[in-house]
Amino acid sequence: MSDRPDPSAPRLAAPSPDAPSPDARRSAGGLRVSVDLNLCQAYAQCCYAAPDHFVLRGREALHYDPAPSASVRGDIERARIACPVQAIRVEDAGAARR
Amino acid sequence: MSDDTLFAQVKDEAARPDPYPLFAALRECPVSRQEDGTYVAATHAAIESLLHDPRVSSETLPPADRPKTGNPFKDWLVKPLRDHITDTHRPFIFRDPPDHDTLRAAVMRQFTQRRVQAMRARSHVLVDEILDRLGDARTIDIVDDLAYPLPVTVICELLGIPPEDEARFHAWATQLATALEPDTLQDGAARAENSRTFDAISEYMQGLIAQKRKHPKDDMLSGLATEEPGGAPRMGDFDLIATAILMLVAGHETTVNLITNGMLALLRHPEELRRLRDDPERAPRVVEELLRFDPPVQFRTRKALCPITLAGVTIPEGAPLVLLLAAGNRDPEVYAEPERFDPDRIDNRHLGFGGSLHYCVGAPLARFEVEAALTALARRLRNPRLIADPPPYRPGSALRGPKHLRLAIDGIDP
Amino acid sequence: MSDAETRIVVVGASLAGLRGAESLRRSGFTGHLTIVGAEPHRPYDRPPLSKGVLTGEVGADATALPNLVDLDADWRFGTPATRLDRARRTVTVETGEALPYDRLLIATGASARTWPDAAQGRFAGVHTLRGRDDADALRRDLAAGPKHVLVIGGGFIGCDVAASCRTLDLPVTLVETGPTLLAGVLGAHLGAVVEALHAHRGVTIRSGTKVVALEDDGTGRVVRARLADGTAIPADVVVVALGAVRNTGWLSGSGLSFDAGGLDCDADGDALDEDGRPDPRIVAAGDVARFPHPLYPGKPIALEHWGHAVAQGVRAGRRLAGLPEAPYAEVPAFWSSQGGITIKSVGLTAGADGLVIARGDPKEGRFLAVYGREGRCIAAVAFDCARWLPAYAERIAARAPFPPEPGGVDAGPMRVLPPAFPEPADEDAA
Repeated sequence: MSDRPDPSAPRLAAPSPDAPSPDARRSAGGLRVSVDLNLCQAYAQCCYAAPDHFVLRGREALHYDPAPSASVRGDIERARIACPVQAIRVEDAGAARR
Repeated sequence: MSDDTLFAQVKDEAARPDPYPLFAALRECPVSRQEDGTYVAATHAAIESLLHDPRVSSETLPPADRPKTGNPFKDWLVKPLRDHITDTHRPFIFRDPPDHDTLRAAVMRQFTQRRVQAMRARSHVLVDEILDRLGDARTIDIVDDLAYPLPVTVICELLGIPPEDEARFHAWATQLATALEPDTLQDGAARAENSRTFDAISEYMQGLIAQKRKHPKDDMLSGLATEEPGGAPRMGDFDLIATAILMLVAGHETTVNLITNGMLALLRHPEELRRLRDDPERAPRVVEELLRFDPPVQFRTRKALCPITLAGVTIPEGAPLVLLLAAGNRDPEVYAEPERFDPDRIDNRHLGFGGSLHYCVGAPLARFEVEAALTALARRLRNPRLIADPPPYRPGSALRGPKHLRLAIDGIDP
Repeated sequence: MSDAETRIVVVGASLAGLRGAESLRRSGFTGHLTIVGAEPHRPYDRPPLSKGVLTGEVGADATALPNLVDLDADWRFGTPATRLDRARRTVTVETGEALPYDRLLIATGASARTWPDAAQGRFAGVHTLRGRDDADALRRDLAAGPKHVLVIGGGFIGCDVAASCRTLDLPVTLVETGPTLLAGVLGAHLGAVVEALHAHRGVTIRSGTKVVALEDDGTGRVVRARLADGTAIPADVVVVALGAVRNTGWLSGSGLSFDAGGLDCDADGDALDEDGRPDPRIVAAGDVARFPHPLYPGKPIALEHWGHAVAQGVRAGRRLAGLPEAPYAEVPAFWSSQGGITIKSVGLTAGADGLVIARGDPKEGRFLAVYGREGRCIAAVAFDCARWLPAYAERIAARAPFPPEPGGVDAGPMRVLPPAFPEPADEDAA
């Protein structure tokens, strides 16, 4: 079974060398993402919602960006909501936690 | 004692405006035998379990049997041959792995993120064009004016089907979609009509595919017709035709209901309409809750390949199954206040797109289209009011949605 | 004592510790919460450490876990717990400070088992991989373009590291004492399938042999490894991937029952003392907790699974908050990605006496195997067919008969095969 949308194994948007580190991005209100890969069944809905931050490689191997910047909050949220098995967890450091 | 006519009542057109009380009654038994020998799964857990169960098959269509013509040559050679081809090259929604997986994978290779993202942007443009054309109308039919033309335009552009042919296959698509209605499968006349339609649309697709091979463009049909899949099996022509028909019908008959059901739910929950107008970022939540609350595909049929015991009921080998997705979506074991339309609910593992191997291929596209439609309607329609509540419904119970959704409005904002 | 005055200490700023703390707050706990972490980092996710972090695709600092609930906690990073005094109800940390507790969650996890010869283990270029800093150090060495990477141990971490090396186009040799890679978990029958995937990607695999010594260049930098047959293989980076030992040393003198295999708990998750009596103030969760699992009677087990850390952490939080909880009975589950194939497993394969290919075909790279023991299904492993797995998790939870009934969609050959696990002694050797 493969719902991978693209034949060429895509990469996550590579962090550019002079991009701020994830820690710096988070303090600027960035996001933290984790996916429960036990639950994941490779439906690829997150890949369509936020293509630069979720990719399937092979038939079922999901790779994701664990620290996206706050500017893509809308699409990360779309990915989280669209997941058929609700495997995606997002912390929005914009709403700071202790 | 459970009432074994409940599912017959669901199929009755009288239930179309609000089948949900019947679904609640059906949920009393997670799996119930109906008087015709069909087994209905109505709780979230039972549906999830059967969706993932390898003893459950999607090959539910009865063998093709075209009506005899009276011409001996046609009836003894052409008819059996065509019936055989139909049976062995069903659209993959009616097939099991490994064939299902091969065909679906080929479609996924063409259903690229780039194409879907392009259609996401295009949906917003199309919706605005449609609303602009309505000018200073004071009534609008959500179905005819927007919910039908938007997804049809999108699926045609995506597949690469000339817009001028649309009028021809509008009726074809409506006819073929009845294959998802359980009673069509029992009705000889309806099946004969389906065969005729299938043959007509096949002929059209065959011509189109030949054209795509000669002059491929950047669309999904050209991609499917010309791809050289390294290592993967190449799709044969009969499968290609069936697949193209499946995508065309699916693009015609489902999203229209999601947009219409969505506008209906928002008009019945005016505070949600206002919140969406004030904050378009709420759209993904609204769409996801709609897929739970009032999904366009209310149930799907399956077949038990082996005896299956679930929730104390043994489903015999060969029994037809109905997975009542829309009933599972309102299961109080899974959802707090399931009858409430609440876009803010968390962990919404709805069954609106089905699940497991046959999870809706077009789901990402549908989400973007409906987002575009509902945000624009919420923003641009001035003081929309329902003219009839409930609205008139189309006949289908599996693919359920209003036939028209007429609104009175004070105008359309730019 | 009112809840607001209650003090709960979580030892272990780990996945289990974090999810446990969140669960405490979600369950309505309003008292004082302290979280003690041995490392200087906030809780992070381990799976990327052997994959994306090594290839540079994911920064080590990007692995911090999302925090899903306002914790209002007193975090103590970089201060390992050193002592537990149950009479005084204090946890002492490295700085000497004694933290008082009314209830305690122990989630100290595990450490990588080190190379048995400590001096060789300290050679420059020799790594273990468990924490974020380990991954960062190994990533730097791999980025420098070593000529020969050697991975010792063909378990999941060893396989991941070897695969990451190939992604970086580095030459890598993997030495495994067992008959095939992953033989301890999957048996040699499926282990051979995994081995072929890695071989195809260019990993040089030496199964059924053993590294007996690491050798340096005279300046303390590793240059080669000596095998049991006397031959040597060059290696300028060595990754020791020989499994894990539980972080229980700090419990010495606490009177609790523990060893390197875990802290003993009862079915409720309460820690047991040396006389086998539960301490109702102390709950353990995650890798460190060794507990009786109702589906796997006999020996208590300690599971090193991501999902287990989450589920048992959440349950521990609820129990510490005073909510009634049924004994922990989650069906164990893990995933791994090997050579582009996603392997997902439910149940535990240990002790299986039979195996069937129930769906698909190993030749197609897509199949599901079911493991049985004494006529019951005990585990299922899916290679790139995750969507069939929930059906088998149900069967394992129901202790359904093995072999499973034939027929159905995409049915495999269903012939009962030996899973071919290596002798247990091989597992502990090294």
